[in-house]
Amino acid sequence: MSTKTQAFIKERAETRKGVKRRRRLRRFPLARVTFLLPAIIYMLLFYGYPLFYSIQVSLEKYDLQAEISGVAAFVGLNNYIAVVQDPTFRDAAIHTLLFTVLSIVPQFILGMALAVFFYRYFPLSRLLRALFLLPWLVPLIVSGTVWKWLFNETNGLIDQILAGLHLLPPHFGWLTTPGWALAALIIANIWLGIPFNLAILYSGLQSIDHEFYEAAAIDGANRWQSFRYVTVPLLEPVIGIVLMLGFIYTIKVFDIIYVITQGGPGNTTQTFSTWSYTLSFSEQLFGQGAAQANIILVISLIVALLYLWWSRRTTQWI
Amino acid sequence: MQPGLRRFSPVAMTVIGIILTLIMLFPLYWMLINSLETSQQIFAIPVAIVPSQITFASYIEVFQTQLPHLVTSLVISIGTALLAIVIATPAAYGLAHFRFRVTLLIVFCLLLTQMIPTVTLATPMFLIFNKLGLLNSYLGLVLADSTYAVPFAILILRAFFLSIPYELAQAAFVDGTGEWGAFIRVILPLVLPGVVTAALFAFLFAWGDFIYALTLITTSSIVVPVSLSIYSYIGQYSNAWNNAMAVATLACIPAAILLVLFQRYITAGLTSGALKG
Repeated sequence: MSTKTQAFIKERAETRKGVKRRRRLRRFPLARVTFLLPAIIYMLLFYGYPLFYSIQVSLEKYDLQAEISGVAAFVGLNNYIAVVQDPTFRDAAIHTLLFTVLSIVPQFILGMALAVFFYRYFPLSRLLRALFLLPWLVPLIVSGTVWKWLFNETNGLIDQILAGLHLLPPHFGWLTTPGWALAALIIANIWLGIPFNLAILYSGLQSIDHEFYEAAAIDGANRWQSFRYVTVPLLEPVIGIVLMLGFIYTIKVFDIIYVITQGGPGNTTQTFSTWSYTLSFSEQLFGQGAAQANIILVISLIVALLYLWWSRRTTQWI
Repeated sequence: MQPGLRRFSPVAMTVIGIILTLIMLFPLYWMLINSLETSQQIFAIPVAIVPSQITFASYIEVFQTQLPHLVTSLVISIGTALLAIVIATPAAYGLAHFRFRVTLLIVFCLLLTQMIPTVTLATPMFLIFNKLGLLNSYLGLVLADSTYAVPFAILILRAFFLSIPYELAQAAFVDGTGEWGAFIRVILPLVLPGVVTAALFAFLFAWGDFIYALTLITTSSIVVPVSLSIYSYIGQYSNAWNNAMAVATLACIPAAILLVLFQRYITAGLTSGALKG
């Protein structure tokens, strides 16, 4: 064998080794999996398993006795039937729907008006816009407590102002009057949701190209027309996102209702969320509580899937 | 004609803007100002919008009983932030740059977790944690709060990792480093702002958590985060609203400090689709 051939073979072997080596370097399947493993294990144990367990519990006669004895009888769909047939279920459905719709619509209108207001730069506009987001970042328990005090019967500010204007009798008691308690919760929740609507709609407005407005102006569009025929259609995807996410986030609201009224007075502010919690933790009917929670889960999942499907083109979440 | 109110001069816009902001922030002002008043002042008719005098009596009264709860919240929130970062950072990197067959499915599931009602997890988590002996513990609350913080952190960090080309890591392979080495030494320092943002939001979630605290902490527990202690305070002293407002204000302090210190990270988090559940 000539030295030339030897060199050639050696070179080839090295190249092949090189290729092999590089290929191995490019993808270490095992090492790569270890990046995801902790997250997957954690999520399966503390998210996936509870979700699965929720389904299991909802099919069992799981009450306090079962919790103590550790034996719960399988009862099929009985919990679901019991939950749906309970008159509170219908009330909670109506409250949830009212709370959601009457929160989202004003939140959106106010958020939109504010986004348009802040669209143009003016002195302090940035600072003021940032301050508007503050309620978003305050713990919900804190906002809830403050609103509970504002609506207080003895000397809450809202009570005082409305009594002072002779609109309502003094010591009216929003939170203890059926109907008004739900209205109070909706008012508090609108306040909580304005920052989210403002932030998303504002960034949506910012992304509309100025040229569209110039073109509309050349065509003689007035202020309202340019809003109606330029802003609204171009903002449509963002509007859809805001409303759908608003729905998804409002239908599951728990903290603020539980802190301010706990579903009272007399279940008149009970929503699906608080009712599920009450079934589990006040009445210790864990099976029924889980069944009610799974009903909310299904509704949320349907809307969430609709949202993700609908927003697949406009949002690069994948 | 762009949206906006061209009719008004910039100065008029500023004045209107200030008035609107004052209205919006009024509940928070009311909390702060009532926490600095006596109970005679807050129950006076008519009540003063701007008090003639202020006092720190409420703070002195609640500080001693609330301090342990603030510390508890701090421990749980830092624990959640650390756990979320440790678990989420490598996962986010993997989901950004390694094309697994299941990458899309995982991202999809993570998005779904952000939309699933927390109340669905409350019942099963209580029952499971009861069996595992995790009720009334720091660890239990950290693990529960992370169910929201971990997927959120993965999603937010993934966006940061996507903005960094994978070729940077590949360049490090030439020096003989593996995926982990390249990740830690080359990529991680570049996404530090993302890590801070994710940690910050994980902290804020845990700090603001109410439902897991309410569920996983039973009445006799010594581990009581501040969110739960405010709730029991207004249940217990239904007329001491000045003190309640003082506790509420104290509960805002850590969040306020973080907001001031890390303002730009907050904006980054909010604009990347970060939403409060």
